[in-house]
Amino acid sequence: MKLHCPNCGSRSVEEFRHGEIPQVPDHLTDVARRDLDRVWNRPNPQGLTVEAWFHEQGCRRWFRHERETS
Amino acid sequence: MNEQVEEEITLRWGGEPRPSYDVVIIGGGGHGLATAYYLATRHGITNVVVVERNWIGSGNSGRNTTIIRSNYGIPASVRFYQRSVELYAGLEAETGRSLMHRRKGLLWIHHSETGIRAERARAHLNQALGVETEFVGPEEIRAIVPEIDLSGGGRFPVMGASHHLPAATARHDRVVWAYAEGAAARGVDILQHTEVTGIRTSGGSGRGDGRVTGVETSQGFIAAGTVLSATAGHTTTITDLVGLRMPIRTHQLQALVTNQYGGTFQPIVASAELAFYVSQTARGQMLMGAEWERQPSYSYRSGSEFLRSCTAKAITLLPFLSGLRVLRQWTGVCDISPDSSPIMGLTPVDGFLVTTGWGTWGFKGIPAGGEALAELIASGRTPALIAPFGLDRFARDRILADAGSAGTQ
Repeated sequence: MKLHCPNCGSRSVEEFRHGEIPQVPDHLTDVARRDLDRVWNRPNPQGLTVEAWFHEQGCRRWFRHERETS
Repeated sequence: MNEQVEEEITLRWGGEPRPSYDVVIIGGGGHGLATAYYLATRHGITNVVVVERNWIGSGNSGRNTTIIRSNYGIPASVRFYQRSVELYAGLEAETGRSLMHRRKGLLWIHHSETGIRAERARAHLNQALGVETEFVGPEEIRAIVPEIDLSGGGRFPVMGASHHLPAATARHDRVVWAYAEGAAARGVDILQHTEVTGIRTSGGSGRGDGRVTGVETSQGFIAAGTVLSATAGHTTTITDLVGLRMPIRTHQLQALVTNQYGGTFQPIVASAELAFYVSQTARGQMLMGAEWERQPSYSYRSGSEFLRSCTAKAITLLPFLSGLRVLRQWTGVCDISPDSSPIMGLTPVDGFLVTTGWGTWGFKGIPAGGEALAELIASGRTPALIAPFGLDRFARDRILADAGSAGTQ
């Protein structure tokens, strides 16, 4: 699998570190529950998803990337 | 292995579902079917239906590398998996089916001083809890596995290992079939090719609260007061139906088998630092796996990266493997929990239970997980064995961090 880094171009996925963008749902209003959700829970989407990737063995910059998870 | 198939298994498939059951179990894999089996055999609860989207054992129960062991690094896990090891050892006698269960022993090899310290601690903890895990040095390892390269290709010297004697393997399909047959014979309905499309609740906002009243399936609505989600890889697909947020992400895990190795390779060999493990199947093939993919995915596609990295690790430790050929590789999708421990038990939705977070270590937990969940469903009380593994442990700040014992980091 290859990923497209906006700075370095197409590189092997092994060069990158996968990151997450926490998405706490709006209906959670209690601060403690929001914090708890942010720490542990994840959307785990099936389909096209936008996520953060870090080009650890390249330009060492974070970028957003759209990926198919299904 | 045909001589071991004494007779065809007799599975009484459910046809049309009844309009209501006491318990609906979502997922016809090992954990779901074991729970149904123990509900029927230990508690006499047979008004139960298992709904499976594909065919039984088609998910991770048919894709794993069949290893059974209890050499974990925290007491709650050691106790739980040791119960599973014991139940597996007696399962052939209990079900009357050959499960090709073999006690093999497992060598968990380390290549650094840090690793050796962790492994000594594991052996001590296991012994304190009555589990036979001994620390062994390089020469003892060579006596058990003469094929090993103790220099680890010059890069990963074998410095020691814990030898976990009760480690075993069993034929995964047969475990699934034995539980399915035992449950079905006692009146449990098993519906294959039946997908759950919705879960009805009452008295809540639909955001992980209220009380469960039944499940919508491709064969219509089934009413039930108790619903257990026992899927693997797709737990959040199910929990999304009740609006329950979960600390679970879906990751791919790959494995491969080679053609037949003429010799006998007795133990299971694993290296935590290389993130690699290997055992020999009953057919003589060498079965191996490595770490799970870091980015979440539900895809069953296999990749060349795994093939390259896994075989390189294999040859580093066991050079004879270079003479074999890869027969096939495959992928399973795993529910990975943040602390690498399973999540079993009640949820904030009344009557809705989960058994998930089985990640890459689900097969070994099937009997104990099924037995404990059946007791929970029957009695309404969480058995002490699985009390630490509740979903509420994250809110209570009582996580069970044990990634070092998962084998596949």
